[in-house]
Amino acid sequence: MPKLNLNVVPMPQQDPSARIHNFDEVALGYTPEMAREEVSRCIQCKNRPCVEGCPVGIDIPVFLNALRSGDLPGAAEVLYAANSFPAICGRVCPQETQCQARCTLNKRQAPVQIGRLERFVADWAREQKWRRAGVAPATGHRVAIVGAGPAGLCAAADLAKLGHSATIFEALHKPGGVLAYGIPSFRLPRDVIQAEVDEVRQLGVEIRTDWVIGKTATIDELLDEGYEAVFVATGAGLPMFLHCPGENLNGVYSANEFLTRVNLMGASRFPEYDTPIRVPRRVGVVGGGNVAMDAVRSSLRLGAEEAYIVYRRSEKEMPARHEEYEHAKEEGVRFLLLTNPVRILGDEKGNVVGMECLRMELGEPDERGRRRPIPVKGSEFVVELDAVIVALGTSPNPLVRRATPDLRAGAHGTIVADPATGRTAKPRVWAGGDAVTGAATVILAMGEGRQAAADIDRFLRGQGPAEWPGVDLERVSHAVAATA
Amino acid sequence: MLDIEAPAVARKALPGQFVVLRVDERGERIPVTVADYDRAAGTVTVVVMAVGTTTRKLAMLEEGDALPTFVGPLGNPTHVDKFGTVVCIGGGVGTAMTYPVARAMREAGNEVVTIAGWRNQGLIFWEDRLREVSDELIVCTDDGSCGRKGVVTNPLQEMLEAGRRVDLVIAIGPAIMMKFVSLTTKPHGVKTVVSLNPIMIDGTGMCGGCRVEVGGETKFACVDGPEFDGHLVDWDLLFQRQRSYLDQERQSLALFEQHVCRIDGKPATAPTAP
Repeated sequence: MPKLNLNVVPMPQQDPSARIHNFDEVALGYTPEMAREEVSRCIQCKNRPCVEGCPVGIDIPVFLNALRSGDLPGAAEVLYAANSFPAICGRVCPQETQCQARCTLNKRQAPVQIGRLERFVADWAREQKWRRAGVAPATGHRVAIVGAGPAGLCAAADLAKLGHSATIFEALHKPGGVLAYGIPSFRLPRDVIQAEVDEVRQLGVEIRTDWVIGKTATIDELLDEGYEAVFVATGAGLPMFLHCPGENLNGVYSANEFLTRVNLMGASRFPEYDTPIRVPRRVGVVGGGNVAMDAVRSSLRLGAEEAYIVYRRSEKEMPARHEEYEHAKEEGVRFLLLTNPVRILGDEKGNVVGMECLRMELGEPDERGRRRPIPVKGSEFVVELDAVIVALGTSPNPLVRRATPDLRAGAHGTIVADPATGRTAKPRVWAGGDAVTGAATVILAMGEGRQAAADIDRFLRGQGPAEWPGVDLERVSHAVAATA
Repeated sequence: MLDIEAPAVARKALPGQFVVLRVDERGERIPVTVADYDRAAGTVTVVVMAVGTTTRKLAMLEEGDALPTFVGPLGNPTHVDKFGTVVCIGGGVGTAMTYPVARAMREAGNEVVTIAGWRNQGLIFWEDRLREVSDELIVCTDDGSCGRKGVVTNPLQEMLEAGRRVDLVIAIGPAIMMKFVSLTTKPHGVKTVVSLNPIMIDGTGMCGGCRVEVGGETKFACVDGPEFDGHLVDWDLLFQRQRSYLDQERQSLALFEQHVCRIDGKPATAPTAP
């Protein structure tokens, strides 16, 4: 019996000492040899648990098998059948909690590195200009999509492939949503996003930038102007703050603002680009998620000498992808764990000079099973800083909701939508992605976009009931209760 | 002063709202208050003072040039109602933004007194238009070269002290002017609305850069404003945050001026961003 290969093929990456001075991609991608070696680790088990771990249900064993036999077009075909943007997902999905968490190999060794292989095949497809399946004959149906982020782009691509005319309305001047303004280029190069957006345009999707739905036009106006269905995918763009003293001092940023200045506006190349940023010397980033890691690592690349993550729980509870955490450590980020900010200190001109923090200890698990941090009395201490970046999460933007009173609002500013179809309480309006779920992952948003597109297609073809069966609130609340 | 062809924005614009614009592919996003709009022609008028890189670039545009971004209308429109006597106060380019507000207040049946202040006579514009929409127009200049000599708060103070009934004051202009208008009206208990102009990026509530404190609460000027109760605004915080990028603004402008000199008074055309 041949012996299983126990070793994961490591991802080649830029050396930490070099990469903290540039915004180029950290993970360089597998070579064909590396991909061949890694894919050979898949044992093609019968129960295929990895597929269940994938939010969009990629047929992973078939994909890996095609790759193993050297059939790259075949492998790409399988990927693109379930996922419009594998080059993005291969880079930013939390595979360690999804497909790879379920891999049978976990019982004895490390899982197959499915994400890296997904990226390998997607990059091959992009470089080879491999074309995915064509577009169905035009149906004449028109759909408006609000927001050109992962959910909106995904829905638009699916609708276009089905022959519908899809128009995306995007508030910012560049499509991509959080991919463009939030995720830094060292994790997701801009040309990868551009290629995916171009691909969506080639399917016939029109993307109108600089359109704020809720302001430039309302959803009712879109419906009146001949769009038969509207999909709201406005994401979760409203930053949360600490609500502690000193939060409005100069040098205190939301992670959204900091990252938008760098990623969308090119502030790392100021003054060549007009948008400025205060380059921090000593920065404290509050939070323990991927966005916090993105902000702290961006600060280093801008030239910060010392960069801290300030997180109130321990390493174990940190929500960031393991890889991002490891990369941050390699780059010299310092972690003030079990630490909670109390107030931000400023000088007489209103500039940040430090942050007072409290040590925490972990108590009993909360309702989500994470141990609750409890302040340690008398443990106050001050960290000297000239910038504080708040990365505590985001909630859905209220603009569309405020302008559309008949869209039912859920908890924390979300829009209520049927989890099975994406239908909202308002006829002919669907919603999905972070706008419905609250801030989640790129892949979940894509899955919601895909699901809504499928239901919009059914609706446009006149399948199903003629009356608008909008969101069944009772069922939604049952579903929510079941998952809570 | 620029008339921008933007039918979608012109169709929805209301007094008190703003747009966010970019001048070129490497440009900054800046908020600019709408000065006027022509729904039939599909145009929006904005007025800027050429003081920073973006506004200097804007001032150099010629008829027929295009802006890559001109998005809006953003923010909440002015609350227009029949209040009685409304005093509209504009300072500098802010007087342009006062115009649609005064017009709307007049149309709603108010007695409108407009007080418009400029540094000197040479900077005055739209005096006739303001007069047209006001029952009374008081022009002030810092140097007395036109109208009354002095600041806009002088005639306001006189009105209030003379016991003239004022139901609402709306001030649009430099933050320092709006602060002093608010200080002037406060002892008289006259409701005062101000249009705040902090630094912003997206204008849709996404960055939080435009945080202001009103009545002890943090608000986003872009989605909660831009108009707030002037008596509740933390003015010092607004001034402090407006100065966030003073050094960078100087650096950017110096670079821009180098470019302009080098190529014969025309700004460099930025190549398309990657």
